[in-house]
Amino acid sequence: MSNHRILGTRAVRLDAAAKATGRALYTDDITLPGMLHGAILHSPVAHATIKSIDTSKAVALPGVKAVLTAADVPEIPFGVSPARYDERVLARDKVLYVGDEVAAVAAVDLETAREALELIEVEYEPLDIILDARQALAEGAPQIHPMYEGNLSARVEQEFGDVDSARAKATVICSGRLESEMQDGAFLEPQAAIAELDDQGNLTLTTSTQSVHYIQRTVAMVLSMPVGKVRVVKPAVGGGFGPKAACSTMELLTCLLARATHRPVKIAFTREEVFLHSRARHKFIHHMTLGASADGKLLFLDHEALLDGGAYASFGIATVYYAGSLLGGPYKLPSMRYKGTRSVTNKPTCGAQRGHGGVIARALFERLLDEVAEKLGADPVDLRLQNMMEAGDVTCNDLNMSSLGMRECIEAVRDGSGWQEKRGRLPRGRGIGVACGFFVSGAGYPIYRSDTFHSTAEVKLQEDGGTVLVRSAAADIGQGTDTALAMIAAETIGVDLDQVRVISGDTDLSVDLGAYSSRQTLMTGHAVREAAQKVRDQVLEVLAERLGVSMSDLRVEAGLVLPAEGVDLDFATLRTQYTKEHRGWTDNPTDGPLTFREASRLAFLERGTMVATGGYKPPILGGKFKGAAVGTSPAYGCSAQVVELSVDLETGQISVDSVTDAHDCGQAINLTSVEGQMQGSVSMGLCEALFEQVRFDAKGRCLNANLADYKIPTAMDMPKVDCIVVETDEPNGPYGAKEVGEGAIMPTIPAVLNALHDALGARFERLPLTAQQVATALRTGRPVAAESPQPDTKGYCKIDD
Amino acid sequence: MKKMLSMTVNGAPLEVAVHTHATLAEVLRGELGLTGTKVGCGEGDCGACTVLLDGEPVNSCLVLALQAAGRTVTTIEGLSAEGAAAGESLHPVQAAFVEAGAIQCGFCSPGMILSAAALLRRCPDPTEADVRVALSGNLCRCTGYQKIIEATLAAAESLATSHAGDNSDREGGRP
Repeated sequence: MSNHRILGTRAVRLDAAAKATGRALYTDDITLPGMLHGAILHSPVAHATIKSIDTSKAVALPGVKAVLTAADVPEIPFGVSPARYDERVLARDKVLYVGDEVAAVAAVDLETAREALELIEVEYEPLDIILDARQALAEGAPQIHPMYEGNLSARVEQEFGDVDSARAKATVICSGRLESEMQDGAFLEPQAAIAELDDQGNLTLTTSTQSVHYIQRTVAMVLSMPVGKVRVVKPAVGGGFGPKAACSTMELLTCLLARATHRPVKIAFTREEVFLHSRARHKFIHHMTLGASADGKLLFLDHEALLDGGAYASFGIATVYYAGSLLGGPYKLPSMRYKGTRSVTNKPTCGAQRGHGGVIARALFERLLDEVAEKLGADPVDLRLQNMMEAGDVTCNDLNMSSLGMRECIEAVRDGSGWQEKRGRLPRGRGIGVACGFFVSGAGYPIYRSDTFHSTAEVKLQEDGGTVLVRSAAADIGQGTDTALAMIAAETIGVDLDQVRVISGDTDLSVDLGAYSSRQTLMTGHAVREAAQKVRDQVLEVLAERLGVSMSDLRVEAGLVLPAEGVDLDFATLRTQYTKEHRGWTDNPTDGPLTFREASRLAFLERGTMVATGGYKPPILGGKFKGAAVGTSPAYGCSAQVVELSVDLETGQISVDSVTDAHDCGQAINLTSVEGQMQGSVSMGLCEALFEQVRFDAKGRCLNANLADYKIPTAMDMPKVDCIVVETDEPNGPYGAKEVGEGAIMPTIPAVLNALHDALGARFERLPLTAQQVATALRTGRPVAAESPQPDTKGYCKIDD
Repeated sequence: MKKMLSMTVNGAPLEVAVHTHATLAEVLRGELGLTGTKVGCGEGDCGACTVLLDGEPVNSCLVLALQAAGRTVTTIEGLSAEGAAAGESLHPVQAAFVEAGAIQCGFCSPGMILSAAALLRRCPDPTEADVRVALSGNLCRCTGYQKIIEATLAAAESLATSHAGDNSDREGGRP
């Protein structure tokens, strides 16, 4: 779309070779001299009071250097949202789920640490267990967490426009339910952390995180240390998808064990611990009623949701808000009512995961849109196009669609998938479905109330002049942020990509809120662009002065300083100066235009280090109502997908044959990475639709805390995903760029649900769409019904032993 | 109790004292410092710890180190060395993964690349279905596999081209 040299190309990622050769270091690859190994004792029971803990045998085990229980660690509560700081480092009186942290050990090796855990004697007195959100909210249910009366973690009630009067005017009204199951992040690298204290009392925590900034703040708060004495560093991170965004007990324990032993300590999660810690996708139950006029105009949405939160809040408060607010668009919807409830239960804590809060809500909404289309006799694509918002439209809950390529996306997948030839014409057992969705390009507000910059960055020209160094605390967790930032710096200064180096993921470098809410391309991108522009201008200012021209007479392109049209530059003296400094060097420029390297070397000689900072904070966004902050963003990415699938009519097994996916990411920075995010999103969405679910037994023990029984897609499961990148010019994004990391998951599940309806004529209410569920529907003629989001009065589980 | 283990790792014979219950992954990563081998589950489910044992891909977290006695082990570091021996900075499979954008978080990449390299040694001209089967033991959560499959097919092509102009029977071209 625009005339860029670097942006919108297919750049090879800066970290790709190091990862291909195994040289990239992840936290668990790092060993420090004298390092101890830590391990955590988790509660084996889902709900109990702790009567006593005896660590004497563990302490006595040779090789054990520290054993911590609640008595040895700060009592300062922490969490994600300050209003719900509901976690303690170690359980004092009570454990709330199987996996709750009870004690921690540091020892000379991992084997000894684990052996010590087995020697810790904890006496539990069992309490009644609640594993179901509806039972948790039922009258008379025992209270799980002391902060949450009635087991109510959060309740949201919002109404935009007048739903009741809109309902009275609607001619087509469709209601439905959708119930999902808890999902796991299933990133390939289990969390790990290493803490060390230096002799001045400075703490360095190296950790597998999505946000060095939030971890730094939480560690400083819980350990009562000045923020400036806590440095958090993120090495290579093997995926995150949300669960690694919040500070974990494990990270805090690593620091506390290092403090207790005066030695570096590493803790690395096992795969089972990844499942127990979770902080991944909630189980959602949605109920919605969607109404339209006789001519197909959407009039209202009445929406109720229940989220099973597990033991603590984590990001869950934002989750319950997002589950409502992200339905305001991308269609013109004049009125919307939302009642969202999040309960605590005796299960692992749920939090943020790709498409935070919005994925299952979007799935039901888009399924209902198809039902409205069916009642109206309209093509689902046409109904969507008819109601589509346009750039500049504001949703009923005050989200501003400053750019929106939604129409281009849906037209692209319609035309690219053969929709018109296939829709309604495939044989029974085969189906095609469409859906849309959108997502924030960065949350409008940080997780703690603050006027902080969301991102600052520094761009420095090394004194040789030839290298641009970008320094940022942003977190590349695999999505390719470092490369995108390098591309933005190179484009802005006018040099080639190989002249840019990026160091990132370190609180010593800048402030950046990290990798969540799809924020870094837009927010960190702005900060880097500003810094790069300033540093380039500093060089040009010195150069213009020396050459006796004005700055506007100069431009930088492909690493060369070129004169504007009609301007004559005589830089012979400068070149001689540079060459004299580099006598004996073989790569001195001899003829041709002045290089940016020469120019910035000159600038260094005159003014010292060429360095500049940039920063970004979003403008004040959104409405004034309670919860208005959640869902606001400077920009929204959007997507449409068409899924084609086949159902085995005997077994109920679904095979997805193809996915056509279009996403509007504004100006694409790295096309290859944009496609990578789109394909990865589809993969996570498809398998959430088809088979992923974390399961528990009646005692709250996770039944599939491993990657054999918890199914994530393999190369055999994934269909070909045809990616269409739609580019718009986002006015609030750097160079017009916005998100792709999460919006791309939104349409996947509903497109599957809609395709399944096309294949079988049935509307499914439960996820995942297991072969068993589909086979039951085929046999009985109707799908299994979802639960109601209303609390239920059934009894809770009693521990029977 | 420790025992001496003799094996060949990345072309070099070596001896190392290992616990009898130590896995190959633990010894490679710990005693030998070859941290390119990643452990994603320790239970043989994810394939991140894939190495080649006598040329065949195995989950090194499920192989006792002592089972490698007298055998040859190739890790991702060894594959890089093969590339270097051929005068390239990367082995053709690694180069294809880098070029195609098949690497995101990179935690599965060493194991994935070794499984792909093993496939191409066994079957130099694979179909897409062959690639999917060969890589089905290596989980990736980031990419949806598409660019990994494209990279493996591209590597097959580049290996075929390099062998067409090179009649010597290099180990990488062994069927």
